[in-house]
Amino acid sequence: MDQIGPVVVDGIIYSAWLFIAAVGLTLIYGVMKIVNVTHGSFYALGAYAGASAAGAWLARGYPPMLSYAVLLLAAVLVTLVFAPLIERGLLRFMYAKDEVVILLITYALFLILEDTIKLIWGVDPYFVAQPYALLGSFEIGGLRYPTYNLILVGLALVSGGGLAWILRGTRVGKLLLTVIHDPEMSRAMGVNVGRFYLVTFTFGSMLAAIAGSFTAPTVSVVPGLGVDVIVLSFAVVVIGGLGSVPGAALGAVIVGLARSVSVHYMPQVELFVIYSVMAVVLAFRPRGLFSLVEPRRI
Amino acid sequence: MKRDRMLFLLGAALAAVIAGGPLLPQWALFILTIAFAQGLVALGLMLLLRAGLVSFGQALYYCIGAYTAGGLGRAFGVSDVFLQMIAGAAMAALVAFVLGFLLAKYRGIFFGLLSLALSMILYGLIVKSEALGSTDGLNVARSTLFGVRPAADWVRYAVAVAAAFAGLGAATLVHLFLKTPLGRLAPAIKDNEIRVEYMGASVRYAIHVQYVIAATLAGVGGALAATTVGHIDPEMAYWTTSGEFIFIAILAGTGSVLAPFLGALLFGAIHGLAYDLSPHTWQMSLGTALLLVIVFLPEGLWSLFVRRRTA
Amino acid sequence: MSTILAARGVNKNFGAITAAADINAAIELDSVVGLIGANGAGKTTFINMITGYIKPDSGGIHYEGRDITALAPREITRLGILRSFQIPQLYGSLSVHENMLTALGIMLHNAGRGGFFSLSRARQNVPGHDAPAEEVAERILERFGLMEYRNRNTQVLPGGVRKLLDIALTLAARPRVLLLDEPTSGISAEEKFGIMEMVMKAMKAEGVTVIFVEHDMEVVSRFAGRVLAFYDGRIIADGRPDAVLGDPDVRRYVVGEPHGQDERAPRA
Repeated sequence: MDQIGPVVVDGIIYSAWLFIAAVGLTLIYGVMKIVNVTHGSFYALGAYAGASAAGAWLARGYPPMLSYAVLLLAAVLVTLVFAPLIERGLLRFMYAKDEVVILLITYALFLILEDTIKLIWGVDPYFVAQPYALLGSFEIGGLRYPTYNLILVGLALVSGGGLAWILRGTRVGKLLLTVIHDPEMSRAMGVNVGRFYLVTFTFGSMLAAIAGSFTAPTVSVVPGLGVDVIVLSFAVVVIGGLGSVPGAALGAVIVGLARSVSVHYMPQVELFVIYSVMAVVLAFRPRGLFSLVEPRRI
Repeated sequence: MKRDRMLFLLGAALAAVIAGGPLLPQWALFILTIAFAQGLVALGLMLLLRAGLVSFGQALYYCIGAYTAGGLGRAFGVSDVFLQMIAGAAMAALVAFVLGFLLAKYRGIFFGLLSLALSMILYGLIVKSEALGSTDGLNVARSTLFGVRPAADWVRYAVAVAAAFAGLGAATLVHLFLKTPLGRLAPAIKDNEIRVEYMGASVRYAIHVQYVIAATLAGVGGALAATTVGHIDPEMAYWTTSGEFIFIAILAGTGSVLAPFLGALLFGAIHGLAYDLSPHTWQMSLGTALLLVIVFLPEGLWSLFVRRRTA
Repeated sequence: MSTILAARGVNKNFGAITAAADINAAIELDSVVGLIGANGAGKTTFINMITGYIKPDSGGIHYEGRDITALAPREITRLGILRSFQIPQLYGSLSVHENMLTALGIMLHNAGRGGFFSLSRARQNVPGHDAPAEEVAERILERFGLMEYRNRNTQVLPGGVRKLLDIALTLAARPRVLLLDEPTSGISAEEKFGIMEMVMKAMKAEGVTVIFVEHDMEVVSRFAGRVLAFYDGRIIADGRPDAVLGDPDVRRYVVGEPHGQDERAPRA
């Protein structure tokens, strides 16, 4: 019974990570109607950029407390280099194609980016643990947790709250909602849909990169980092509903708790449970638990 | 006549393997066998592609076939290649029959994602299962054919011939299937499912049948792969494996039943060559090739291209 | 004259909306019946109930004396009741000729459930017809004046031709009753009559009973032998075209003409 505490705390931390990792994917789908496999690449790019930048920063003896800003900046910069290139250079010519074809195109890009990362950063692991260790740990209910994990929770709340505010509270956000519902109509009304696509793609990818960057201090950054993340993100996003930001939050919580429960009680079923939930949701409510309201079809 | 020509080609290919096999070096026989194994999976994918469906989870059946074959060897000492293929096919067909009731209701991205989820479920099961070897996988005993254990130098040749029989035989059956009224339904379904339904045909039945066929083919391919590689591991059910099959199917296109095997050979060549040239850029070469085919080679992707995005 | 299709005491509600209230109609063999009524009056519900896509809350649909109310749409199609579409449903990537061959191919498929590995039935007669697919295709296309478009891809065809093809495809299934959903909608005024002439002539030759939904009253009065007027889920008039179209209630609720001193604006 007193297992519940750790299960919940673990679950929340993992959910926070899942949310940041996955919310960009759902945003991009919601606005551009594409399933973006390069999402995993941006996670990896963020991890590598963050690890190498923070590593260099710390090696030069600069203030360790600022290494968090370095992680953030690295993620932002690496995204700004790659995302517009991909969107303007290739994707924007493909929007008329079938959504499955576009998915395959992003898959091809993912393969290309995997090796691009190897070319830039090599294949040796990056291990930059200092930002993680620096913050020490705190205690809940007799168990110690790394304080660093609170950063992830914080990031999740900020990005979730920020997105909600942008979408509902600002003019730009409202225009974005019109693009989500009917790009043709929006274009006809003079909205620069192309620019919205570029910004959305960049911003969504940036969130993935940030997730990767802030995860880097907790793991050994190696090639292939994005491969697991992309399919987990799919699960989260599908459960919540493709295109729904609150859905991504719900999906993250569900997957996070499901994983936490299985890790604590029956570790063999960890992955099984996650993908089973995904399959069950697809089977009974394919549009997800929080689906965008679809126009009635006659 | 066109039909005779294809049958002739298939027969000629089989003869070529049987006759030319002994002259090939071991590594070439290995690649040839793998090409047949992967080609089988891609052949199944081709059937689904014709109906407008892309499965992101064929690795599920590939893995089922492989583990059934391997399991047969470990549990019952069965190492006969043909028995393994039959067992793999049967197991895959059974699972696909059940799952097909669910999957035949979906289209487009949802079909793809659901098939993906199902393959990842199997991956999750195996990875955490000590009995099934977990991430290390299991070894598979050396193959026998019809009770005969070939001499060490001849095993690869024997397996390659078995693979050729299986692959080209399957291709022949599929070729014939595509000439039946049911086989001709796929392009119509892809083009206008509503119309097909309103003319009194059951679209779900047609899709279900072709889904089971595709799974069976993948099961055979998996069994072949298991026996020729001598090792099975959960990676065979991972999404990246499904991705490779899709890649081959796209390279091949839906033009003929021989195409998936040629596509698999080409894939093997690109993989091998690119890897030798530069081990850390072969994925990039693959990705670039895929991109080029998707964007510029309508032949290979003709069937996917015709469908436009709906508003 | 015998009744081929009948609706008896049919009722259907969608929540608070009455889509059908005590509908009774008996359609005679070989007749041509026009259904008129404002949008939402119940015509489409009526058609959907006949084809089996919607089940009535009460009452029944009878076809050739048999109660088909509970049958699945596919079964009803196979019994010989077919429909065409307001927006033509064609096989977009194929030519006109290939469209027809595909439709005939489906008939072959429907007939032979067992023949999984049976080889090409190209030379067999199409079930319901007395000739193999190629010949039947030519015949039907000829009938509808579509031969000149034979090898053209359907996406480049003019609207009227697409409509004709959509209707022609149903003939592959040898319908005994054909429901046409707004056959002339989206067609220019000059073409309407020509297209309907072609369709009705073909239907007569094939011995098909026709029920068609129309908003163009001229088309209705010219081609229907009998008219059913719908309003608010009820049939408010049933008879010869001139009688029904002259009926004051029909004029008010369907045709939309202002009524006497009560100068209301015409209904949309």
